[in-house]
Amino acid sequence: MTAADPDRWCPRTAPAVLLRHDRARGSHVLLMPERVVVLTGSARHVVELCDGTRTVTRITEELRARFPEAPVDAEVGPFVERMRKEGWIR
Amino acid sequence: MTIAPPPPWGLLAELTHACPLHCGYCSNPLELTRRSRELTAEHWVNVFRQAAELGVLQTHLSGGEPLLRKDLEAIVTGAEESGIYTQLVTSGSGLTADRLRSLTGAGLRSVQLSVQHADPAASDRIAGSRAFAAKEIAAALVTDAGLPLGVNAVLHRHNLDAVDGLVELALRWGADRIELANTQFYGWGLLNREALMPGRDQLARAVESVNRWRDQLDGSLEIVWVAPDYFDGVAKPCMGGWGAVSLTVTPDGTALPCPAAATLPGLDPVNIKDHPLRWIWEESKAFNLYRGTDWMPSPCRSCERRDQDFGGCRCQAFALTGDATRTDPACSLSPDHTALTALTHSAPGELTDLVPRRPTTGPRPASHA
Ligand code: SF4
Ligand code: SF4
Repeated sequence: MTAADPDRWCPRTAPAVLLRHDRARGSHVLLMPERVVVLTGSARHVVELCDGTRTVTRITEELRARFPEAPVDAEVGPFVERMRKEGWIR
Repeated sequence: MTIAPPPPWGLLAELTHACPLHCGYCSNPLELTRRSRELTAEHWVNVFRQAAELGVLQTHLSGGEPLLRKDLEAIVTGAEESGIYTQLVTSGSGLTADRLRSLTGAGLRSVQLSVQHADPAASDRIAGSRAFAAKEIAAALVTDAGLPLGVNAVLHRHNLDAVDGLVELALRWGADRIELANTQFYGWGLLNREALMPGRDQLARAVESVNRWRDQLDGSLEIVWVAPDYFDGVAKPCMGGWGAVSLTVTPDGTALPCPAAATLPGLDPVNIKDHPLRWIWEESKAFNLYRGTDWMPSPCRSCERRDQDFGGCRCQAFALTGDATRTDPACSLSPDHTALTALTHSAPGELTDLVPRRPTTGPRPASHA
């Protein structure tokens, strides 16, 4: 699998994958068959922007504007790529 | 004051014990619940509401055959409205395009389909029913609907040589995942243990196949291998710990820490009709009896693995020694381990020796009391 073009690809969560707020534990999670992925740090904000309308570049820009202190540039790309390999977004 | 235990993640909802198949390895109890004693859809909706409040995020809608419940849609809706992710665990019998449409409309998220063998005739022989054709159709319906499909095969002497075929079948059916789970000897599986017990070299070949497929497919099909208990001297962390990760509600509403726990003496499990689910999880005797590590006997008590495997399976300890508080005999450190290993050297069992799972005609469990 080669990396997707960050200027063209508009990721969205796979149909089987659900982003939910886990009230009992106070975190956000991805729900899928046989698996719960607990999202830590700013991961949730990245997933929320994966709605099929924004390119990866745009997601990064939006998050940079919202969280100027965070290492957005270094983190968003690898995280999106990992989620794609896992099949959570496409 | 005591600190409440961490909340459960999952709920296994056994909606009915009725099933058109007769698999002799079934882990359901020998004493199957009658349909007239099943919880209503209203009860289930209520269970899911309470479960979600408690922290449950996912449910397996299982049985028996859950499609036999005409009100399955209402049950799925209840789970969905509580924010619980649903997975249907089915043999495929009775799944039509219309039924699947109404289930996905109700919020069903994914399907796990059981298969008994890669060869249709052999699969039907093991299931004691002409069930294979329906599975093939069900698989196509599920993938056409865009739902994730898991294929699930319980392994034993009579299908372990078909692991390659099972993986090929999962690929052909467009599955995302295949679970190859060696038989756990509970319920009907325990009754039929001799006939089901695999051979050591047969197992080794199956493990080789699994490794080969994993290399070759490189994650495009997730392959889950559940190792058999009696062979490698390692106790399984049953259910991720007693009352730690998930709970089971049986067709009549009994809440259990694990699906096989109904047979344990002194458990006194209670019914969701009589008590709030939070109280059951946090405070009832059944969920606290083997929670944590305080209850442990030697050698678990002082073992460094006690926080990883929690002393193994209570149901297995009871089934094999008559004492549920003993170290799981599957562990090589257990004083009962040699007796367990001896069971793996029995003469090869025949498929025809299997007692088929049936509601009324099966022999009743021998009491340990
Ligand atoms: S194991 Fe077979 S008999 Fe038991 S519930 Fe599943 S399909 Fe039915
Ligand atoms: S002695 Fe008990 S805790 Fe230690 S490995 Fe065996 S079962 Fe696990």
